Amino acid sequence: MAIDDRLYARRRLSNAVGLTLSMAAMALGLAVLLWILYVLFSNGIAAIDGNIFTKDTPAPGTEGGGLRNAIVGSLMIVGLTVLVSTPIGILAGVYLAEYGDTSRTASLTRFVTDIMLSAPSIVLGLFVYAIAVATVGNFSGYAGSLALSLIAVPVVVRTTENMLRLVPGSLREAAFALGAPRWKVATMVTLRAARSGVITGVLLAVARISGETAPLLFTALNNQFFNTDMGKPMANLPVVIFQFAMSPYDNWIRLAWGGALLITLAVLLLNILARVYFRERAPK
Amino acid sequence: MNVDIPMTHPTEAPDAADASRVTAIARRQRLQDVVFHRLTQAFSLLVLLALLGIIVSLFINAWPAFQKFGIRFLWYVEWDIVNEEFGAAIAIVGTLISAGIALLLAVPLAFGIALFLTETCPLWLRRPLGTAVELLAAVPSIIYGMFGLFVFAPLFADYVQVPLQSLLGGMPLIGWLFGGAPTGLGILAAGIILAFMILPFIAAVMRDVFEIVPGILRESAYGLGCTTWEVVRRIVLPYTQKGVIGGVMLGLGRALGETMAVTFVIGNANRMPTSLFSPGTSIASTLANEFAEAADFHLSALFALGLLLFLITFVVLALAKLMILRAEKAKGL
Amino acid sequence: MKRQFLKAVAAVAVASVTLGWGSAAMAADITGAGATFPFPIYAKWAEEYKKVTGIGLNYQSIGSSGGIRQIRAKTVAFGATDAPLPGDELERDGMVQFPAIIGGTVPVFNLDGFGKGELRITGPVLAEMFMGKISKWNDPKIAALNPGKKLPDQAITVVHRADGSGTTFNWTDYLSAVSKEWADTVGKGAAVKWPAPTSVGGKGNEGVAANVSRIKGSIGYVEYAYAKQNNIPVMQLQNRNGKFVMPDDATFAAAAAGADWFSVPGMGISLVNQPGDNAYPVVTASFILMYKEPTNKAESAEVLKFFDWAFKNGKQMALDLDYVPLPDKLTAEIRSKVWSQINNK
Repeated sequence: MAIDDRLYARRRLSNAVGLTLSMAAMALGLAVLLWILYVLFSNGIAAIDGNIFTKDTPAPGTEGGGLRNAIVGSLMIVGLTVLVSTPIGILAGVYLAEYGDTSRTASLTRFVTDIMLSAPSIVLGLFVYAIAVATVGNFSGYAGSLALSLIAVPVVVRTTENMLRLVPGSLREAAFALGAPRWKVATMVTLRAARSGVITGVLLAVARISGETAPLLFTALNNQFFNTDMGKPMANLPVVIFQFAMSPYDNWIRLAWGGALLITLAVLLLNILARVYFRERAPK
Repeated sequence: MNVDIPMTHPTEAPDAADASRVTAIARRQRLQDVVFHRLTQAFSLLVLLALLGIIVSLFINAWPAFQKFGIRFLWYVEWDIVNEEFGAAIAIVGTLISAGIALLLAVPLAFGIALFLTETCPLWLRRPLGTAVELLAAVPSIIYGMFGLFVFAPLFADYVQVPLQSLLGGMPLIGWLFGGAPTGLGILAAGIILAFMILPFIAAVMRDVFEIVPGILRESAYGLGCTTWEVVRRIVLPYTQKGVIGGVMLGLGRALGETMAVTFVIGNANRMPTSLFSPGTSIASTLANEFAEAADFHLSALFALGLLLFLITFVVLALAKLMILRAEKAKGL
Repeated sequence: MKRQFLKAVAAVAVASVTLGWGSAAMAADITGAGATFPFPIYAKWAEEYKKVTGIGLNYQSIGSSGGIRQIRAKTVAFGATDAPLPGDELERDGMVQFPAIIGGTVPVFNLDGFGKGELRITGPVLAEMFMGKISKWNDPKIAALNPGKKLPDQAITVVHRADGSGTTFNWTDYLSAVSKEWADTVGKGAAVKWPAPTSVGGKGNEGVAANVSRIKGSIGYVEYAYAKQNNIPVMQLQNRNGKFVMPDDATFAAAAAGADWFSVPGMGISLVNQPGDNAYPVVTASFILMYKEPTNKAESAEVLKFFDWAFKNGKQMALDLDYVPLPDKLTAEIRSKVWSQINNK
């Protein structure tokens, strides 16, 4: 029986072509992404000096300046968001994991959470403007936090539920067998066993909201000066970057790159931290 | 049975006093359980209420615009702030075209990356590269916008738009695609920047989906003498088909809703794009540009746009979930 | 160990929030929002004012239409607009309006080989460029105005405002005055339908300036400080008397010299196309909107103190940026006739 060399050669060829194309795609994709990171780092590093943490955002046309008010503002807004969204997200996640298999509410919540995870963040900003800015009469850091919470809570809910479900059933059954009430099993056994994963989820949520600009555009607005009163407009890194990058002033553009680098570093560090932490403490 | 059995000596039988203490404990624990159930349920309902609130609030604010224009709002090509004539067509077209271009570019590249990571990559490189791709997916989108405006646009104008225009601009059927001034901005530029943004996300999802394919399926194919390419095309892809499509649609959802990466490079012109190089606008960038100053009716039109965007991403997402669900059911997961 | 870390994080978060509550009493910031036209000078004044008094003025430059909206929504203490509100609207809203500074809107462009003032243009030709009727830089109409100069064969890209803008109002006011076709087809307003087929929108004066400096062959319009601060080439523009003038505080002041400010309720007079050999044709005042009966009387009083200080001490800063500060006679009248209507006791 003769082997059909031509067919075999054709198959070899299509294999070679396909694999080469895929490697080319890989190289192109990675090259572009690395290029973007390189541009970010080279422009951003040039902007980072001591001033960026000690001086506030400069007026247009004024030389120098820094990002102190924006950095502090972002930290405060994100901090409040974490405080608010972590308990809500974790408790909702516990509900979904504990009672989620039988309850209609739970499956509905899961569906809704997924929708909100992918909702355009600018639409969430619109909603928060309507209920927290227009009604009260001024822009505020609180409104900004509220908008970011709407993004963070679904992330925490999802990861909490997934992590809780990963806890082996035998652990829960053993606790029940010892006579523990349901709420103790849920919190002191399952949640405690999954806590590293849950914390990872919180870290990922923080990373996600740190880079969000659109929801803050019409809620926290911006502030030229250093402000720690969350009831007033607060400077924050993403909106400042947006404003400065679209401007023609050189020092503003330089500061925008610096701010962009700071945000990216924070986000990357949080992600790496989340992974490392999870890997070391994951339920075995 | 949630009853705390008191630690009495095994030979002693529980007496009446113990029994009442036991029932007291049991009642207390049942109460605690109910409280816990309702408490967590309440927080879960809070999430539901939030979404409901969003939809209701958007709808209420958008109502005046819908009342005036009706369903015609969807295809009305006009955005005249002075005369208060608004139509969503321009923004919808800009959104769809830029997201479409983004998908067209990102999906093949993502597929290549996923293929490489699962099939041909040397083992020692797999973890670091995979992590790198996932980390890239977390980079905030404003970075891509800034890259687009400062680095990409000038290069795009000089090295892509100008040659394309001189080469293909005169051709009969497709020449009109390359008309307009080569500014480096526009819907094509926005589509390309969006493609860069969603590329790591789709690549990570595809890689995760490819990895789920049971090893035995792959190995049987190799055992039969299939080349790597054939294994991917005939085994991996059909098996993961719905999951891949679901991941792509998630990427599409992100591209549709993206604000920052697009606003920097799309050109912000409230006009129907006439060529690939035309500046246009997307729903998200219209909102970002005009929201701060809009009053009364203009504001209502913007809310209407926001509601439309929400509905579009909702539909895309629901379809994606349906696909992924079907894929998982088919595999018996 | 992990628990202690988490406790520390939680403590920091709680502390920063309560710190926010605590220092609410300390900051006496006043908030304003609106036109990007005067933003450079308001920001400069605010910087100096803070050094002198410790009170910060947080001005968000979101465009004139944004300023009008925010003051109507009472989310800020004052709104700033270069597109003045007519008297009946001011009456209806219970607001007063007064000019704070005068400046000029200039045509900026990006063309290889042409620097500041090296290109001459007239109003009607500008209107045709912005309408898209003249689409290339080497069009005979432009060449006729610039004899002896070699104009490249490059497409014109019009850069305009993507947001509602008093600068646009001023610019279209001028184009309507010099071109009947523009007045009939496009008109004047804070946001218009730009007819040119290739046009790009920028956010704020900053966005237009940035776009013009980046896009080759582009033409746009910005408040003069933006062109000056960023070295963007400006054209010579022909005024009503037929002379070609360059923008600076002298030509702006010449245009504003004959203005009768109180002829219109709300002081919203137009300063475009004024007669005078040395008058720059596209000049406008930038106005401040405040409530006669403000909800926050203390903040309203602080705003007036700020402008009072700026009128007295900010003149040189304004001139440095080529704005025209209001003459003392006018500011005295503003204090007596307009500020007296504001009840912030």
